[in-house]
Amino acid sequence: MSTAEPTTPIVPVDYDEAIARFDPVLGIEVHVELGTDTKMFDGAPNVFAAEPNAAVTPTSLGLPGALPVVNRTAVEHAIKIGLALNCQIAESCRFARKQYFYPDLAKNFQTSQYDEPIAFDGWVDVELEDGEVVRVEIERAHMEEDAGKNTHVGGSTGRIHGATHSQVDYNRAGVPLVEIVTKPIPDTGGRAPEVAAAYVRTLRDIFRALEVSEARMEQGNVRADVNVSLRPTRQDPLGTRTETKNVNSFRSIDRAVRFEISRQAGVLDAGQEVVQETRHFHEDTGGTSSGRPKSDAEDYRYFPEPDLVPVAPSREWVEQLRASLPELPAARRRRLLGEWGFSDLEMRDVINAGALDQIEASVAAGASAQSARKWWMGELARTAREQDVELTQLAVTPGQIAELQGLVDEGKINDKIAKQVLVKVLEGQGDPAAIVEQEGLAVVSDDSVLTSAVDQAIADNPDVVAKIQGGKVKAIGALIGPIMKATRGQADAGKVREIIMDKLGVS
Amino acid sequence: MNDTIRRSAAAQAAALAAGEITSEDLTCAHLDRIRAVDTDLNAFLHVSEEEALTTARDVDARRSAGEELHPLAGVPIAVKDVAVTEGIPTTAGSKMLEGWLPPYDATLVATLRSAGLPILGKTNMDEFAMGSSTESSAFGPTRNPWDRERIPGGSGGGSSAAVASYEAPLAIGSDTGGSIRQPGAVTGTVGVKPTYGSVSRYGLIALASSLDQAGPVARTVEDAALLHELIAGHDPLDSTSLPDPVGAYAEAAHRKDVRGMRIGVISELEGEGFDPEVRARFTESLAQLEQAGAEIVPISCPNFRYALGAYYLIMPSEASSNLAKFDGMRFGLRVVPEDSPTAESVMKATRGAGFGQEAKRRILLGTYALSAGYYDAYYGSAQKVRTLVQGDFSAAFDQVDVLASPTSPTVAFRLGEKIDDPLAMYLNDIATIPANLAGVPGISVPSGLAEDGLPAGIQFLAPTRADERLYRIGGALEALLEDAWGGPLLAKAPELVSGAN
Repeated sequence: MSTAEPTTPIVPVDYDEAIARFDPVLGIEVHVELGTDTKMFDGAPNVFAAEPNAAVTPTSLGLPGALPVVNRTAVEHAIKIGLALNCQIAESCRFARKQYFYPDLAKNFQTSQYDEPIAFDGWVDVELEDGEVVRVEIERAHMEEDAGKNTHVGGSTGRIHGATHSQVDYNRAGVPLVEIVTKPIPDTGGRAPEVAAAYVRTLRDIFRALEVSEARMEQGNVRADVNVSLRPTRQDPLGTRTETKNVNSFRSIDRAVRFEISRQAGVLDAGQEVVQETRHFHEDTGGTSSGRPKSDAEDYRYFPEPDLVPVAPSREWVEQLRASLPELPAARRRRLLGEWGFSDLEMRDVINAGALDQIEASVAAGASAQSARKWWMGELARTAREQDVELTQLAVTPGQIAELQGLVDEGKINDKIAKQVLVKVLEGQGDPAAIVEQEGLAVVSDDSVLTSAVDQAIADNPDVVAKIQGGKVKAIGALIGPIMKATRGQADAGKVREIIMDKLGVS
Repeated sequence: MNDTIRRSAAAQAAALAAGEITSEDLTCAHLDRIRAVDTDLNAFLHVSEEEALTTARDVDARRSAGEELHPLAGVPIAVKDVAVTEGIPTTAGSKMLEGWLPPYDATLVATLRSAGLPILGKTNMDEFAMGSSTESSAFGPTRNPWDRERIPGGSGGGSSAAVASYEAPLAIGSDTGGSIRQPGAVTGTVGVKPTYGSVSRYGLIALASSLDQAGPVARTVEDAALLHELIAGHDPLDSTSLPDPVGAYAEAAHRKDVRGMRIGVISELEGEGFDPEVRARFTESLAQLEQAGAEIVPISCPNFRYALGAYYLIMPSEASSNLAKFDGMRFGLRVVPEDSPTAESVMKATRGAGFGQEAKRRILLGTYALSAGYYDAYYGSAQKVRTLVQGDFSAAFDQVDVLASPTSPTVAFRLGEKIDDPLAMYLNDIATIPANLAGVPGISVPSGLAEDGLPAGIQFLAPTRADERLYRIGGALEALLEDAWGGPLLAKAPELVSGAN
């Protein structure tokens, strides 16, 4: 054929159809900003929102003559992450310079690790919402520094096109990062989007448990680059991948993978080849668009960083860190499942609702596991949904929930009153016991008060009394209603029933 | 006063301590000397007169108040323009940094300041320390006080010329492939490249991080030792800084006893390419040492023949990376092209205009050597050679205490003679480069006058962390030769200012 083929516009294939015909393979790179006091290679404070270019030293500004020195705490955090991901920890590893010219890079190279990462060959188990566990193999975890931040001024979009000038803030330059790279994640089929999101969530939870980072996705503490490729079947060699950069929420990760699977299937259907490139994810459309091609692999001219001596963590140190690792999220979930006696389904619901911490704290404050679950998954979950907030953002503490449940268990209030008390707690009126006290909400079980209320009800409802005496014991409910009303709901319903039955001589 | 500036730094320090002279007078005398001769020599890129006098007066006041001072307090010093000095312009000999005022001090500069050494100014150098003649300076070459038509060596020609011409009793240099030792040899002065990591590199504008080492430039071995003791020591701001305690270098320089010392003569560094008279002075120096009780042993370091080639891959590779930061974005020169400039076009224009020929040559060499597909063949192989050179040194030091060679194959060549022949220029460093590749310390001391009546130097090398040996043998040889010459070699240098003396 001498004429060029017309470029067919690419029509994304319906997701289910794409999955039916292609096998997706994932690869995920996660960057986590470490919550150290100072930066990776200098003494500048590691802070999120200082005045632009206030958190800098000659080193983070890349001034002539300035030199880097490795932050020991950052190395410690990196080792902990490596250990939590079941990695080998290098006996000695070096930093390398990754060289490219860009104004947010003060030295025009990024100090990173190249062929000698601090941690390698690990794995982590990722639990999906329905309880299925996928083991993700970890290729490596390495240390590096973050770049500064460019702001483009004068354009309408905040992007570089149309801007009249750009400003660089080097506060973020040199902030310690650990990058975690998976091996190709095969065999996830139609669950690939879910696996990708759940993997990043698993890492986020681990970072928080290790206390190495605040790990707030919305602040960019955790950023994910998602690689996706398709192949006809699981037996085929890997297809050409694309890398969607900086996808920064779990939902976006899911959507980006889903979109790429549909899009790549469309490309392959059209008889074209997937271009190896980086792509950008768009929150508004849920789609990705082409970034820069990677096919002629950029030459970063990596070489060992001559300003830094190798990092050689002693085996004693590594073992010390291993021994000091906190309980990791998966282990904790297994332990709590056993301690609380929840069903698997109950436990998954609790985890998916983000109620684990609150329930654990309520139990620690004295509530039973089931009652704590009932409150947090019931009334409180409903309130949180209504207010569109997280459980942790509700104006009630696990301690207050334990106290509230305590009042119910002691028989001081019933469930119905307890719900009313909870509303008042959420309104900021105080602790449950104090509210019950102030509002006089305690259950009325004083026999004389109840007896006179019962007498009144019997006198007022002769027809109901007749029914009861005629064997329709169920009709007792019709008497209890007016009695509860008379006592403003505070009567002990069991006690009332007892008195009625006694008075009417039924059993 | 003219006599005072010709004294050694140690003697000047003693005069200050004895109250025979004030630091202000001493500093003024050196500033006068700079005014008298530097228009000709161009050893200084910047003279920080006010700064120096303020320090001098402060030291004088503290001394009269009876304060305990550093032995070198009040003795002025010149600093190679490669070290950043807060509030004093620093250019590294490049247009790229013309007019830049550093906001911080190099660690060694901070040390000089806190010890009370008045900083006379910043000395000329090859651009970014790239050269062996100081001709690649963007601000004109420095001239050799022995013959103003000749180069003073490089890259630290400014520091050596300043010390040789009595503009300063002491100076700071930096040595990546010989930039302290070779200028020392061709100006008849003493230069020491300490063990890598002995002196902090923080604030030294990097040429090649794994090779750079700051060190003392002086007229006597003792002076070099005193300055070395001051600037050495661990610096937490430099990851490659050694934690070792500082050695007793001045004591070693005073010892003047080489009995039982074994000196290895590197057979690869004395034959072809070395001028006959340079070699003659070298041999005579060894004979003096042998007579004084040292043992001379020939030593072969077979891999040294690859050292120059390896050096010219490693040094430009690191330099190409270290010099990437000079892009017009944050400091120094910024060239903005006319039509719709972008960050990239500003970087291009700035680097095109700001770097000189030699800097560009080395950036290109290094960029190429680190490129994907070439890395293993170039940078990788060079690192292997480096390991072999280190192996040669350790094998040699199993047999001898120090190694010796002529510092430079020739005496000072004429200005312009090699500037268009980079390979000939590079060959000048053939004897000095192996020490940088291995991180071992070296000293150059005058060996006498050679071709054209110009000074030549002898270099001694010691194992890493054994810098004391250099001062021991250097101090001893200096004493032996000065006995033979009837005084310091520099006394034979021509007067620079006719009639004014």
